[in-house]
Amino acid sequence: MIKSLYTISGNSLVADDTFRLELQAGETGREISGEFVHLSIPDFYLRRPFSICDAGDGKLTIFYKVVGEGTKVLSKMCVGEKIDVLAKLGRGFSADECKESALLVGGGLGAAPLHFLAKELKAEGKRIHAVLGFNKASEVVLEEEFRALCDSLTFTSLDGSLGIKGFVTDALKASLPQYDYFYTCGPMIMMKAVCDFLEGPGEASLEERMGCGAGFCYGCSIQTAKGVRRVCTDGPVFKKEDILW
Amino acid sequence: MVKDLSVELCGIRLQNPVIPASGTFGFGLELEESFDLNCLGGISLKGSTREARYGNSLPRIADCDGGMLNSVGLQNPGIDALVNEKIPALRKIFNQAVIANISGFSIEEYEDCCAKADACEGIDILEVNISCPNVRHGGMAFGTDPKAAAEVTKAAREASRKPLFIKLSPNVTDIVEIARAVEDAGADGLTLVNTFLGMRIDIARRKPVLANTMGGFSGKAIFPIALRMVYQVAHACKIPIMGCGGVSRAEDVIEMMMAGATAVQVGAQNIRNPFACPEIINELPEVMDRLGIQSLKEIIGSV
Repeated sequence: MIKSLYTISGNSLVADDTFRLELQAGETGREISGEFVHLSIPDFYLRRPFSICDAGDGKLTIFYKVVGEGTKVLSKMCVGEKIDVLAKLGRGFSADECKESALLVGGGLGAAPLHFLAKELKAEGKRIHAVLGFNKASEVVLEEEFRALCDSLTFTSLDGSLGIKGFVTDALKASLPQYDYFYTCGPMIMMKAVCDFLEGPGEASLEERMGCGAGFCYGCSIQTAKGVRRVCTDGPVFKKEDILW
Repeated sequence: MVKDLSVELCGIRLQNPVIPASGTFGFGLELEESFDLNCLGGISLKGSTREARYGNSLPRIADCDGGMLNSVGLQNPGIDALVNEKIPALRKIFNQAVIANISGFSIEEYEDCCAKADACEGIDILEVNISCPNVRHGGMAFGTDPKAAAEVTKAAREASRKPLFIKLSPNVTDIVEIARAVEDAGADGLTLVNTFLGMRIDIARRKPVLANTMGGFSGKAIFPIALRMVYQVAHACKIPIMGCGGVSRAEDVIEMMMAGATAVQVGAQNIRNPFACPEIINELPEVMDRLGIQSLKEIIGSV
């Protein structure tokens, strides 16, 4: 865990209620996909956790949706402002579990941490198939980035405004890419459906309301097949077979 | 000039009065890699019960203006795991005061846990929690009635020879009455105060934010109330007090001590900032210098 002041180098609206936040690190460690940062938003008591979409050269990129008071205040912060960040948190995706071909299934902003994972997988020379679901076309993020990284890319939308109309599982049922390991991030109900449907090994990145984010307040403990685990420290990424939905 | 931050608590010398409060610092081990724990005055460990507990359903945490709610509900691996695993592991890296926090659902459970903690060499002080607002049939029920509080204290006293602190609930009309009952029953010290029972509602979903409906409110906003209680009890009782509640900076430590606290626990601030305690300890000499304080011992109960 590292605590340091980062400088906002970008914070702009990129899709419906969705912002891309870029932070320049004061001090940095080597981030791994699936890890998260815990941001202190001015005038709020507790920090807010955000998954990492991209990191490198002391820069961090985060996508967030304005859903409450905290993210509303964050969306009004300007380039040049400082933000207190706890970084190097959580146990991320295990890119090395994939031997040759990975299937990435994202829902909404679950696409953001999967993008970071895709970059890692690509660097390791693995094949990447991604299925990304959104409510509608105007909510889509990271389309170009995924196109540049993936061997196949399928979009789904609930209203049919982009790609296949329906859920990500509808796309998987229609055409299942070859994979030896899968990774999923998105709403819990979607990840459960994905884990139920997909055969073979895989993992999902869970989300829970957190306190400290660093494993010592026990505010985000869940029951798993291996016993009680903290989402913030033992996760947020858990193996499919360990998750008790 | 070098400032003297040390204090003495029931015959135990603390290098400084700053102690992370129970439940806000795990078993210390979780933060081992973040900073050198040996800068602390001591650590009050996560509350232990006789059996292992998962605690309450999620969400267990809610953000509030000036503080937070928690309804963790005493998640812990049980007293045996505390004395056989956590304490030995902590003792390998930590040589300051170790405070074991004990909770229970019956007098017998408090008694058993205190006896086990008393027999554990790595523990310096027992802190008996009769104030957890997040569990039914126990916890706070013992801390809101002077007779029940005295009964738990007596049982804990008989089960242990180590310095015995009782952590009181602020959810009472007259905390002095409870404090006196606990002192008379043989406690060596008091920890004041635990969290305030609170609640938030998600107005869009029309449901409580916490799965357990209610939880304990802590954080900066409770500081004046906690301080007032420390002040009242310090004037009514002779035994030492660990002041706790909303302490967020070095100035708050000084204020708590002036109100009558011998040591000061930092709680919710750790959740916001895991480095809160070392930062406060580092700031103390400068604040003392500014206020013309040479030794922290001299300001205890000075107001």
